[in-house]
Amino acid sequence: MSEEKTITIEVDGQTLEAKPGALLIDVTDAAGIDIPRFCYHNKLSVAASCRMCLVEVEKVPKPIPACATQVTDGMKVQTRSPVALAAQKGTMEFLLINHPLDCPICDQGGECELQDVAMGYGSDVSRFVEGKRVVPQTDVGPLIATDMTRCIHCTRCVRFGDEIAGMRELGATGRGEHMTIGTYIAHSVDSELSGNVIDLCPVGALTSKPFRYRARAWELTRRDGVAPHDSVGSNIQIHVRRNRVMRVHPRENEAVNEVWISDRDRFSYEGLYSDDRLTRPLIKKNGAWAEASWEDALEAAARGLRSVAAADADQIGTLVSPTATLEELYLAQKITRGLGSANIDHRLRQSDFRSEGPAFPWLGQSIAELEKVDAALLIGSNVRKDQPLLAHRLRKASLKGAEVHFVNPLGLDLHFDANQVVSDLAGMVHNLAGIAKAAGGSKVLAGRVSVSDEHKAIAKKLKSAGSATILLGNLAQSHPDYSILYGLASSIAESTGAALGILPAAANTIGAALAGAVPKYGAGARPAEKTGLNARTMLESPRKGYLLLGLEPGLDCANPALAKQALAGAECVVALTAYRSPSLEETADVMLPIGAFAETSGTFVNAEGAWQGFGGAVAPLGEARPGWKVLRVLGNLMDLKGFDYLSSEEVRDELQQACAGARPENDLDNTTDGEIQASAGKLMRIGEVPIYAADALVRRAAALQETKDARDAAVARANATVAGKAGVGDGDTVAVVQGGQRAKLVLRVDARVPDGCVWVAAGVPGSESLGDQFGEISLEKV
Amino acid sequence: MANEVLFRNLDLERLWDIDQYRSRGGYEVLTRILTQKTPPAEVIEWMKTSGLRGRGGAGFPTGLKWSFINRDAPVDKYLVCNSDEGEPGTFKDRDILRYNPHALVEGMVIASYVIGAHRAYNYIRGEFWEPYERFQNAIDQAREAGLVGKDILGSGYDCEVHVHLGGGAYVCGEETALLESIEGKKGQPRFKPPFPAHVGLYGCPTVINNTETLSSVPSILREGAEWFRDLGVENSGGSKLFSISGHVKNPGVFELPMGTPFAELFELAGGMRDGSKLKAVIPGGSSSPVIPGEIMMDLTMDYDCIAKAGSMLGSGAVIVMDDTTCMVKVLDRMSYFYHEESCGQCTPCREGTGWLWRVVNRIENGEGRPEDLDLLLDVQGRIRGKTICALGDAAAMPVEGMLRHYRDEFQYHIDHKKCMVGAGA
Ligand SMILES: Cc1cc2nc3c(=O)[nH]c(=O)nc-3n(C[C@H](O)[C@H](O)[C@H](O)COP(=O)(O)O)c2cc1C
Ligand code: SF4
Ligand code: FES
Repeated sequence: MSEEKTITIEVDGQTLEAKPGALLIDVTDAAGIDIPRFCYHNKLSVAASCRMCLVEVEKVPKPIPACATQVTDGMKVQTRSPVALAAQKGTMEFLLINHPLDCPICDQGGECELQDVAMGYGSDVSRFVEGKRVVPQTDVGPLIATDMTRCIHCTRCVRFGDEIAGMRELGATGRGEHMTIGTYIAHSVDSELSGNVIDLCPVGALTSKPFRYRARAWELTRRDGVAPHDSVGSNIQIHVRRNRVMRVHPRENEAVNEVWISDRDRFSYEGLYSDDRLTRPLIKKNGAWAEASWEDALEAAARGLRSVAAADADQIGTLVSPTATLEELYLAQKITRGLGSANIDHRLRQSDFRSEGPAFPWLGQSIAELEKVDAALLIGSNVRKDQPLLAHRLRKASLKGAEVHFVNPLGLDLHFDANQVVSDLAGMVHNLAGIAKAAGGSKVLAGRVSVSDEHKAIAKKLKSAGSATILLGNLAQSHPDYSILYGLASSIAESTGAALGILPAAANTIGAALAGAVPKYGAGARPAEKTGLNARTMLESPRKGYLLLGLEPGLDCANPALAKQALAGAECVVALTAYRSPSLEETADVMLPIGAFAETSGTFVNAEGAWQGFGGAVAPLGEARPGWKVLRVLGNLMDLKGFDYLSSEEVRDELQQACAGARPENDLDNTTDGEIQASAGKLMRIGEVPIYAADALVRRAAALQETKDARDAAVARANATVAGKAGVGDGDTVAVVQGGQRAKLVLRVDARVPDGCVWVAAGVPGSESLGDQFGEISLEKV
Repeated sequence: MANEVLFRNLDLERLWDIDQYRSRGGYEVLTRILTQKTPPAEVIEWMKTSGLRGRGGAGFPTGLKWSFINRDAPVDKYLVCNSDEGEPGTFKDRDILRYNPHALVEGMVIASYVIGAHRAYNYIRGEFWEPYERFQNAIDQAREAGLVGKDILGSGYDCEVHVHLGGGAYVCGEETALLESIEGKKGQPRFKPPFPAHVGLYGCPTVINNTETLSSVPSILREGAEWFRDLGVENSGGSKLFSISGHVKNPGVFELPMGTPFAELFELAGGMRDGSKLKAVIPGGSSSPVIPGEIMMDLTMDYDCIAKAGSMLGSGAVIVMDDTTCMVKVLDRMSYFYHEESCGQCTPCREGTGWLWRVVNRIENGEGRPEDLDLLLDVQGRIRGKTICALGDAAAMPVEGMLRHYRDEFQYHIDHKKCMVGAGA
């Protein structure tokens, strides 16, 4: 690695140092010299077509675009000479002649690049007296509002689709003045990253549909936040007006989300204002819910939990959502352990606990390092939908030539080249065992493994790659043989030298582990004094008292039927929740309204282990209170020690001390060699959690629920063989049956689902009564 | 002195057949170069000496262009021939394809050999169906004779020649839009640099030459570089095909040495049609600025002389107009063409070409405003030199040329809401 030489250029009389070959516009940007631009964006390829950035360069006869000009030593540039200014003003005039100038009714008004640049380079009177171009309206779906008459043809959105989203959904059709940006054949824009074009569009051609006509840019207060839906922890800016979240924008953080956010992170705020927000405490009296004062509700909650604990502390079970803040999770476990119970878990979707798993799991590398791998093996992961921006990093690696392999129970629609090994659940274990054996042997399943050429090729690639990673995704973590998959993955990692990583599902999955929201480890991932029941056994051996934090039992648990049954039989169920979820209404005794996303201060720990704190952007709705405050009072009411915090920062600091010296580590000392639980030969459910069903907030985000991804989730899917055996066909209404519970769904024949499996989403309405996400299922004609 | 190079076989029957072509020494040069394995650098030197400049319009020295290719780069190289011939007034390449297709095949294979390409494409204007068939037939004959394809003449050198038919967009004649089009994309010019010699077709080093340029190569190498050079004049070597159209008696394509007086070409084309007087000439395709007839009669047809008169030799497309021609109407028609053909990516061209046309059109329709002529000059100036490809310039230059020489006609239209030329609107 030789030190790169720098060269010297002169811009407007100022001497600047630059790397040879750097783009002039990047050099001037870094120096704070402003060159106007529209088509240029530093994350996209150079189009050099808007001609706004024309500058004068000594010895070059014509003005040239700064965005496409590489600096050379001694280059002398004028950005505001008469020649440069004339060129820039000329372009500005051309851009405006056909622009509708409808700023007063344009959502981009006040944050419009065209408006801003026109202030500097435009003229106040137009010399264009002809009629202006009008482009017919198009509908590209529920998220993006289009007004193509305003388009200035910068093609940023087109390049975004091509280069970042990996789907060419928007393109430029037509020539000359008739060039329009659109979908060509009418359809919606469906990429899970589509909303970024709203930020990229310099004008009001592409704006946010849910935000349309809701507020003017200058009315909004901007508060920093962290996105709540996946383990990337994308940095966001929450735009607030009069204590209401109006929209969400990305905040640049090169190490985390670069400049992007997923549509889920952008549009989920709508869920804050759903009709079933819980805004007052509720107590169930004689089977009916009644509003109560905070005093009464807290009193009832404390009394209920304390009386269970007084009889037998082990009868307390605490289930917490990994979307809760670090502070909430920490206090929930402190209460639980304070009451003398060790039954606490956040791994609501895990069903195989044969090995306990690492105390402090993580991605196994930094997020940015993912784009530098030469080979990756993803096990049980729909990374594109589950962690869209991690998929974006892998896509970059793939474009640079990395080989990416998947071992999955369903075929994925990917936006990069990858090899997909698709099989039923048991087959996944066998495939992974084959790879493990090919990679140099594994104790797990050793005797019973057959190694295919594909296994050998994958193992070989992982070994030979300069940098390789093995990642366990959401589907793996819910797999009935997760512990075996885990063991095999770590064996492959060991024999290939690849980095083993977990793709944490939720915003604070890692935080939950650090906060001690697991039965075996306390705060700081230190071994707990006493080991309790996990999320599964807490339900299989029902407890008398439950404390629930931020979950919807019918939608957030691996086995909703089991969860609801256990909760319904308990003496006391206290739920801290932002929503009146139907399954809570059925099973809880006290519902305490807590602030949802953006309504509380707190911390999330992302996949790479970074602690990202945030303040509350708005006050909680109605009488709801930040969760950490509710838990503090609850602790005090139950006379537990150490609940006198004045701020969420105090809670965090206490936990941070406990975390001193904690190092993320995915290696397991004990791997299981248990029996494969996923039955081969029986029909198994692939209970994937679709992108817009991940948590309570996004389930209520109206626009996201209208997307293709959401609509596609409301069906059962099986391949032609499986459908044929059940005597059903594409479009038929079928009943899927688990443990005597039925759900009626429309069947889609889908070749991506392997033999022996039916894809029936989890976390979506209609799935609340079903059993295991990855359990046996039957398919019946109705 | 006419018909020395490309039209030298014009007297033969079925002159497009390979036997006829060979009867006058066709494919001898290719055979010699391949069997003697002539060093490419030597061929490039001859090309430089010949003074051959690109016949597609820009007049770039051909030998120099070929020398930009790094033959040693460990990637494929491509040769692309530009037979898109979209410039209004130009129809010379069509005659090469029809009457001398083997000269082009031979020229393409030689050029490919020189730059180390094994694949050559000819991008033919989509409307040229008959010329396409002639050319395809020539490839087939050449392949049968072992002059195209694998192991040409046992030399070990492979060269495939393919035809790609265009889809009807003028801008696809611009060399980088043409490459995009061959790649199956929307025909939009690429920003340069990088130049095609480094990053061309499918990202590989590529030479793009006009049909006439490549078809001249066999004669140059057979008769000698100096011979070719001396046909023409200083800075304009060789002979050139001129497509002459408009109000002449005998429009058509004529091959004449560079530097031939315009008057001679005019004469060959039969002079003005009956009873009309020469008014103006567009000397090098519709994008070259117009020259008044009396000035034109004193000029010679070569790069320098036409440039000195404030226009361009371009593709050698000469459009002759008589005194019944309304210059406003001419510009209206031409501006509409460029407006319609702009690819639309550059702001000045996308927006400016439409603006120019609308202003000219309203002047033509008697709705011009006093400020319009200055506006036209200003707008064309704001397009010129500020776009990715030269289409923007091509749209701008005729406007400037017309106003330079015929401002009074435009002014008359504005002032009197009608045409000062009798027959005009
Ligand atoms: C808008 C536009 C249209 C063009 N059309 C043609 C064409 O039809 N045929 C052609 O040979 N060159 C055309 N050119 C010129 C080519 O870009 C290129 O310069 C030429 O093919 C190079 O070949 P040469 O060096 O042999 O002339 C066009 C250029 C522009 C800007
Ligand atoms: S100058 Fe016109 S035709 Fe050429 S690239 Fe730009 S917009 Fe397209
Ligand atoms: S920003 Fe440079 S041409 Fe558009």
